[in-house]
Amino acid sequence: MPALLEARDLRAGYGPPDVLHGIDFTVEEGGVTALLGANGAGKTTTLRALCGMIRRSGRITLGGERIERAATEEIVRRGVGHVPDGRGTFLELSVEENLRLGAYTRRDRAGVAADMERMFGYFPRLQERLRQQAGTLSGGEQQMLAIARALLVKPRLLLLDEPSFGLAPLIVREIFHILRRINAEERTSILVVEQNASLALDLADHAFLLETGRIVVSGTASAIRQDETVRRSYLGY
Amino acid sequence: MNGLLHQISSGIASGAIYASVSLALVMIYQATHHVNFAQGEMATLSTFVALTLIHAGVPFWAAFVITVVLSFGLGVAVERVLMRPVMNAPVLTSVGVFIGLLLVINALDGWIFGFTIKAFPSPFHSAHPLLGGLVSPHELGETGLTVVVLLLVWAFFRFTPLGLAMRAAAHNPVSARLCGVNVSRMLGLGWGLAAAIGAAAGIMVAPVVFLDPNMMSGILLYAFAGALLGGVDNPFGAVIGGFIVGVLENIFGAYIVGTELKLTVALIIIVAVLLVKPTGLFGRAVQVRV
Ligand SMILES: Nc1ncnc2c1ncn2[C@@H]1O[C@H](COP(=O)(O)OP(=O)(O)O)[C@@H](O)[C@H]1O
Ligand SMILES: [Mg+2]
Repeated sequence: MPALLEARDLRAGYGPPDVLHGIDFTVEEGGVTALLGANGAGKTTTLRALCGMIRRSGRITLGGERIERAATEEIVRRGVGHVPDGRGTFLELSVEENLRLGAYTRRDRAGVAADMERMFGYFPRLQERLRQQAGTLSGGEQQMLAIARALLVKPRLLLLDEPSFGLAPLIVREIFHILRRINAEERTSILVVEQNASLALDLADHAFLLETGRIVVSGTASAIRQDETVRRSYLGY
Repeated sequence: MNGLLHQISSGIASGAIYASVSLALVMIYQATHHVNFAQGEMATLSTFVALTLIHAGVPFWAAFVITVVLSFGLGVAVERVLMRPVMNAPVLTSVGVFIGLLLVINALDGWIFGFTIKAFPSPFHSAHPLLGGLVSPHELGETGLTVVVLLLVWAFFRFTPLGLAMRAAAHNPVSARLCGVNVSRMLGLGWGLAAAIGAAAGIMVAPVVFLDPNMMSGILLYAFAGALLGGVDNPFGAVIGGFIVGVLENIFGAYIVGTELKLTVALIIIVAVLLVKPTGLFGRAVQVRV
């Protein structure tokens, strides 16, 4: 499979010190790649660096085009949907307005309307709560809203930052089930960040493990699952 | 009774002006968390431009439109040139910039147009008494035009994708960017829109209060009171607050404190809101569930 996203010697940080110390990884077209690591390892930082939300250097290509100098909104327009850390809900706006913002860059009205309907197919609860202020949604519903909003960008690559965070196991199962469907039905490539490694490895075909800003292990999901370090520190057996 | 009705109707007329300026203040406050103390002076400058055009023979409504468009450009320019460099600076820095801008525009107005008080023409005339002589033609026309402007602004924010993007950029700039919204462009647009609204308010109030470089200073205080009263993070509340302040000011001025002390009404409202309900009448804390 060809690489959709490729990062080479990616360094990034918030102030002068680097949080990411030159990492290399790829996300394959049509696949699901998991980015694992303990709290503070630099997972969120990696996603922010890809989207140009923080200072970064190195080389990042999306579908062969360089994006390491592009502004966030430009990267989004080129086909990256980002479900950020903390979900990024527009709390004061309605659910419908949140969704319309997802489609802000698009001019194909009919396509947007059809995609909106498909989102309601994945997440019927969003349709029920369309006129409600988004701040009144439960955590799980806000996560669904964030995913639907990012998918309305019509992205080639979907970035997910800890979609399981703070949610009840049942809701997490539901969300990961839908993510699997989205990957298959929409052909959206996914890069998912998770602290819950076993959950992420179930969904992913490839994975890599980040420790204090460096990649220490990478490979296919099944190989990673066998890896001693990963097993002992992140899978607990 | 007729006296009271008269006070209320002229209160609504001045309230429309305060409501416009309140809205301009709140729009910028929402997007930047700064109060643009120079909002009034920018409107005064616009009004001087309109008067210059009218004196040069431009018909009133053409001068109105040209001025509003130019003011939009002025707002965009002020944001780009003055505000953007201090966007992430401490609050006192931007307050300093606002006060500096206020003083510079005020001095510039006086230097270019003079400090003498000037009459400003009203486009609204009527040979017949209106509503049983309750309101003057100018009051009625000015209120109507202002309400139309406010409704247009509301419809823009409520129904257009661009308006939605501006609200999103103000509420949550990081998420807005992740939706592909160019947040800094939205900020510029917001400043432009606020300046345009202020210009319309300045032109509408000038025939009543006459034009001089300090024309808007009292009005800015009333508008500030209106914004606080309605909820400084709620544009709709700010507009209602502006109207309420206009009516209160007239009633208190006529029956209680006297016209010389009317401005204290604004101060009383400001202090009372800050003490009793700092979020204002319509400022709601966002409901959050986790
Ligand atoms: N906004 C920020 N400003 C400064 N430092 C940050 C910020 N966010 C994260 N960091 C630092 O960057 C490092 C990596 O954090 P992060 O990428 O959030 O980790 P993870 O998502 O893997 O838990 C941590 O040391 C953290 O303290
Ligand atoms: Mg994180």
